[in-house]
Amino acid sequence: MPPDLWALYTLMLKSRLFEEAITKLWHDGLISGEMHIGTGEEAIIAGVVAHLREGDAMALDHRGTAALLMRGIDPVLILRELLGYSDGLCGGMGGHMHLFSKEHMTASSGIVGAEGPTAVGFAISAQHLHPGAIAVAFFGDGAMNQGMLMESMNLASAWNLPVLFVCKDDGWAVTTQSEHVTGGDLIERARGLGVQAIEVDGHNVSEVWEACHSAIERARSGQGPTFLHAQCVHFEGHFLGFQLIRVVRDPLRETPKVAFPLTQAFLHPGGATLGERLAGLRLVLESVLATLRDPRRDSANEPVRRTRTILHVDAVRLQEMENQVEEDVNRTLESALVEVPA
Amino acid sequence: MRTMFFTQAIDDALAQSMADDPCIILFGEDIQTIRRNLLVRFGPRRVRGTPISESAFLGAGVAAAMTGLRPVVEMYMVDFLGVCMDALLNHAAKIKTFSGGKWTVPIVVRAPCGGGYGDGGQHEQSLWGWLAHIPGLTVLVPSTPADAGGLMRAALQHDGPVVFLEHKLLSETWLEFLGSGGRRTVQFDVPAEGAKGAVPQKWKPLPIGKAILRRAGDDVIIISVGVGVHRAQEAAQALETEGISAGVLDLRTVSPLDKTAVCEAVAQTGRLLVVDEDYEGFGLSGELSAVVLETGISCRYARVCTQATIPYARHLEAQSLPNQQRICASVRQLME
Repeated sequence: MPPDLWALYTLMLKSRLFEEAITKLWHDGLISGEMHIGTGEEAIIAGVVAHLREGDAMALDHRGTAALLMRGIDPVLILRELLGYSDGLCGGMGGHMHLFSKEHMTASSGIVGAEGPTAVGFAISAQHLHPGAIAVAFFGDGAMNQGMLMESMNLASAWNLPVLFVCKDDGWAVTTQSEHVTGGDLIERARGLGVQAIEVDGHNVSEVWEACHSAIERARSGQGPTFLHAQCVHFEGHFLGFQLIRVVRDPLRETPKVAFPLTQAFLHPGGATLGERLAGLRLVLESVLATLRDPRRDSANEPVRRTRTILHVDAVRLQEMENQVEEDVNRTLESALVEVPA
Repeated sequence: MRTMFFTQAIDDALAQSMADDPCIILFGEDIQTIRRNLLVRFGPRRVRGTPISESAFLGAGVAAAMTGLRPVVEMYMVDFLGVCMDALLNHAAKIKTFSGGKWTVPIVVRAPCGGGYGDGGQHEQSLWGWLAHIPGLTVLVPSTPADAGGLMRAALQHDGPVVFLEHKLLSETWLEFLGSGGRRTVQFDVPAEGAKGAVPQKWKPLPIGKAILRRAGDDVIIISVGVGVHRAQEAAQALETEGISAGVLDLRTVSPLDKTAVCEAVAQTGRLLVVDEDYEGFGLSGELSAVVLETGISCRYARVCTQATIPYARHLEAQSLPNQQRICASVRQLME
C-alpha cells in the first residue's frame, strides 16, 4: 500500500511552519530556556505518526513539538504551553522539554534515553489493556549510548513487546560528533539485542512510512519490537541559539569571544606538549568545521522541499493545500498570542 | 587583585591544579566545547569528551580515582545524576568504609545546578540536600568567584569524593549556553557579586566545611548557600531600612556542615531563617534546625525554600525559588 503523500506533506509543512513561528517567538524572548526545534526531522515524525491510532502511545524526547502536533494535539495549547501560560497544554508547568498529553498517551522527557523505559512501560500496558496497540519511542543518536535505552531494547525483545524504537540520527550528541563516542554500528547493536532493525533515509517520508507500515503491523500482531534508524539533519542544531551554529552564521560577532581565551589557553605555560595541545585544538576546530560542512546545506536533506518536488506535478492542488496550511498555522498563532492570561 | 567571572574562576583554579598535578584528568559530555580552553592547554589525553553514558563514565571515574588518578567528572546538570546515582551512592561514598579506611576515592564531580532561567523542573534543581544526605560525600556550593576557585582547589586536594555544584545563574558560560542562547531579548536576575568578583593572584585551597559571615546582624541570622546567599543579602539590605538588623551566613559547604559557625550565629541572634533553593522537606533547612536543637539553643525558626517541582513559566518559577520578597516576609514574621 503506498502512502498518501499529500496527507504526509500536509503534516510536515504544518509542523515546519509551526516550528518556524516558535523559533521567532524564542528569538523575541517570549519562550524561555532551551528550545529544541525539530526542523529537518519532519519526514521521520510524519512517516511514523501517520500510522498511529487511538490507544497507541508515544514517548518523546526533548524535541517533541512536531510529534505532538502531528498526533493531533491542539497546536494552540502547545504554543501557549511554550509561552508559559496557565491555559497551556500543561498549565505552563512543564514547558517545551516536558510536554504531556494524557488523552493521547504521550509523555516527554528532557532526560536523554528516558524514552526507552517509557515506551516499554506503555507497551506492557498495551499488551494487557489495549491488545493491538503499540508504543513509539523517539530519540536521537546520542541516546543510543545511554544504558537505560539499551536495557529497554533488550527488555522489549525479551518480552516481545509492541515497541517501535525510532532513532533520529543527525550525527550529533549536543556538540559532540557521535562517531567520536560511539562504538560499532547501531543497526547491528539493535540486532544483537534481538530487535528487528531497519535502516531508512530519514529525509524520504515515503520510505519512512513504508518501513513503519510493516514494522507497526508486525508489532500490532504480537511479533515484537523494531528499531528504525533514520538519518536526518537538524537545521537549528541541538537547540535554538546553538553555539556552533552561531559561530558559523555570525562569525564576526561570535568568533572573537571564543578565539581569544582559546589562544590564551593554548599559549599558556604549564601543561601538555605542543603536539598534545595541537591535538586538542584540532578537536575544537573539528566540530566547527563539521558544522560548516554540515549536510544541512544540501537540498536533498530538506525533507519538506523534497516531498514538495514530487507533489509539484499537481501545482494547483499544491498551492491550494499550502495556502490552507499557512492559513491554519497563522490562525493558530493568532489564537495562541491573542490574550495573555492575568 | 584580579577579577573573574564565576566559571572562569573555577576553570582557572582547575587549570592551576592540573598544571601542578598530572594525575588530574577531566571528562564528561561535550568537554571539547564546554572546557575547550582546558583541552587546548592540557591535550585530549587528559581532557576527554564522553558519550551520553553517565552510568559508565561516572562509575569509571570512581574506579579511576581508586587507582591513582584524580578525575574531575563533569555532569551536564546535577539533575542528570538521577541517571547514574549508583556510582556516587553505592560506590564512591562507601569504598573508604568498606575497605576499612584503606582505599580512598579522590574524585570531583562537577555539576551545574539551580534555576532562574526558565528551563523547567527537570533541569533546574539544586539537590545538594539529597547528595549531602549520603555519608561519605562532600558537597560544595560556592557563591562567589573567589570561593568557587578556592573550593575547587580544595576539592582537588581532598582525599574523598567531592560534589562541586556550580549555580547556573552565577555561571557566565552556562547561562549563555542554556539560558540566553546569545539572545538579548531575555533577562535574568543575576546577583552581580556572585557572577563576577575579585580573586587571588594565585589560588590557595579554602578550608572545606567552613562557613563565612557575609553580613553581621543582631536581630536574625539568615543561613544559605549559592544564589540564596545573594538573595538573603539583598533582603537584609532592604530590611535595614525597616530597622531590622539581619546577618547572612554563607555555608559554602553543605556537607560537612560548619555546625560551630551555625550555632554561634543563631545563639547571638535567637532567630534563624534558612534560605534554601533546594527542596524544603527532608533537606538542609530541616538539618540546620536539628543541629541547633541538638546543641540546646533555643531560637525562633523559619525557612524559605523551594517547595515543589519548579514550574516552567517564568513568573511561577520566580515565586517558587526563594526571592527577596519571601525572605523579607519571613524575617518580619520572625520579628513579631
